[in-house]
Amino acid sequence: MSDAEPPDSSAPRNPLGLTVVLGRDRPIRLDCGVEMGPVTVGYQTYGTLNADRSNAILMCHALTGDQYVADPHPITGKPGWWNELVGPGRVFDTDRYFLICSNVLGGCMGTTGPKDVNPATGKPWGLSFPVITIGDMVQVQARLLDHLGIDQVFCVVGGSMGGMQVLEWCASYPERVFSAIPIATAARHSAQNIAFNEVGRQAIAADPDWKDGDYLAHGTLPQRGLAVARMAAHITYLSEPALHRKFGRNLQGREAFSYGFEADFQVESYLRHQGSTFVERFDANSYLYITRAMDYFDLAAEHGGILSNAFRGTKTRFCVISFTSDWLFPTPESRAVVHALNAVAANVSFVEVCSDKGHDAFLLDEPVLHATLTGFLDGAAEHRGLPRAKGVSS
Amino acid sequence: MMMVSNGHLRVDLGMIAEMVTPGSRVLDVGCGEGALIAWLGRHKNVDGRGIELSMAGVAAAVAQGMSVIQGDADTDLADYPDGAFDYVILSQTLQATYEPRAVLNNMLRIGRHAIVSFPNFGHWRIRYDLLVKGRMPMTDSLSYQWYETPNIHFCTILDFLILCRELGIRVERSIALDRQGNVLPAFGGRWLSNLFAEQGLFLLTRT
Repeated sequence: MSDAEPPDSSAPRNPLGLTVVLGRDRPIRLDCGVEMGPVTVGYQTYGTLNADRSNAILMCHALTGDQYVADPHPITGKPGWWNELVGPGRVFDTDRYFLICSNVLGGCMGTTGPKDVNPATGKPWGLSFPVITIGDMVQVQARLLDHLGIDQVFCVVGGSMGGMQVLEWCASYPERVFSAIPIATAARHSAQNIAFNEVGRQAIAADPDWKDGDYLAHGTLPQRGLAVARMAAHITYLSEPALHRKFGRNLQGREAFSYGFEADFQVESYLRHQGSTFVERFDANSYLYITRAMDYFDLAAEHGGILSNAFRGTKTRFCVISFTSDWLFPTPESRAVVHALNAVAANVSFVEVCSDKGHDAFLLDEPVLHATLTGFLDGAAEHRGLPRAKGVSS
Repeated sequence: MMMVSNGHLRVDLGMIAEMVTPGSRVLDVGCGEGALIAWLGRHKNVDGRGIELSMAGVAAAVAQGMSVIQGDADTDLADYPDGAFDYVILSQTLQATYEPRAVLNNMLRIGRHAIVSFPNFGHWRIRYDLLVKGRMPMTDSLSYQWYETPNIHFCTILDFLILCRELGIRVERSIALDRQGNVLPAFGGRWLSNLFAEQGLFLLTRT
């Protein structure tokens, strides 16, 4: 089952993260039909795996996230995307749970992706990298769990594209998932979301430095295109009230309009900053491939057009969470998942958190989200026979 | 608060809990913060689920580890497969649904049994308010003004029993309760219950 040595959780953590090479003997068959292997996977762990290997939580990152859930980012130095939620006594209690997060297939933070060298050619993959799906990402994560010797995770959790992976996990490996928390996500990517992704991809392709995807060989980087893609996408992660509260029509470092096309408004300056910092840490071709994987995701279509078929016979405990102001993955998308789960009488909780922070609310300080996660995990832990939080008597 | 400090259930919820067989699957529609399913899980090893309209109620229930979804009786019961539960409970909510008949049918489609309680509009004080005062009744269990009440489909105990007969639903148990939820003696049949009960509580079964 294992491709390598079992993990030693007492070993000091490599600050650059852990890596493992998978699929050396048994290539990974992708949805597009390509057999891929070996595949390097970059991942991080927090906490300690218990003796019967029953306390693992798999965390699935979003489109531009990575495995640095609760570490300073190795490139930007910024805190991890769920830094506040991970640690002793926190929502994802590292005294009780063993947390795993891996960079997705096609990513650019340690897992094989288009910027890596194709061993067959000795050159970067670029656009010769096979088109990947959410299912492929999950398949690679399943191989990582094999490597770690974990048959069943206590929980798989993720927001946005991470939530798509959670749903895919529950459909593809139901017996390996005791509980699941899909957050701010959908069982299929909507036409509007495909449209936004296409705008981003076209922005990258329109950058002369993209060189038809072969920029690494040309020594260029399509930074302007990627920055525009990020700027457009970033708007969709927020909400009109949140943007207005943060910036209003305030001007940036000036008292009056420039009567030109400088970043007069704070919101413009903010978006430009978001774009320019993003290009430092993200690969443009990875962005193309990962957004494509989201576009292709349609769990119902994979199961005869009926979403509930994806969950038939499931024993997994579900907690579906959405946010009132999320217009990228609005609540009806989550409700469709809940309806499908009800149709197979699955054990499901569903909370729509009241927040005006838009899609990104799942990454922000939302007390109701944190209380929901904690309560659901505690309830599931009781059913799984895992110990309670310290200081809580039975 | 549904639970009092000593961990006992509110009297009428206690009556409902007493009807539920240990180890069964229960759906509590309008479960609030989940006091009933929590109690049933702890004391009767019940696999309890809940549906609750208010977000605050859902969040509180899930934060206590219960399986509760946001939704309501009119829209969400239709999703469940036939026979998914042993009991489907609707406590003090039937009169607030848009289609009480469809709700009852759905409850007995997805559950082997249904447990339903509602305020009895045939109670003598309500009749008195209308007959003598000429006003819409306001009592402890019906404490809303007519223009703000969520209760849109009132019925009397007799109305309910007639509907059950029309729908082919068997009434296994019927209990008349006073305003505190205490059981009234079955002293004079349905007509007197309809006059003196403030609430009716029924255990129903598919025929």
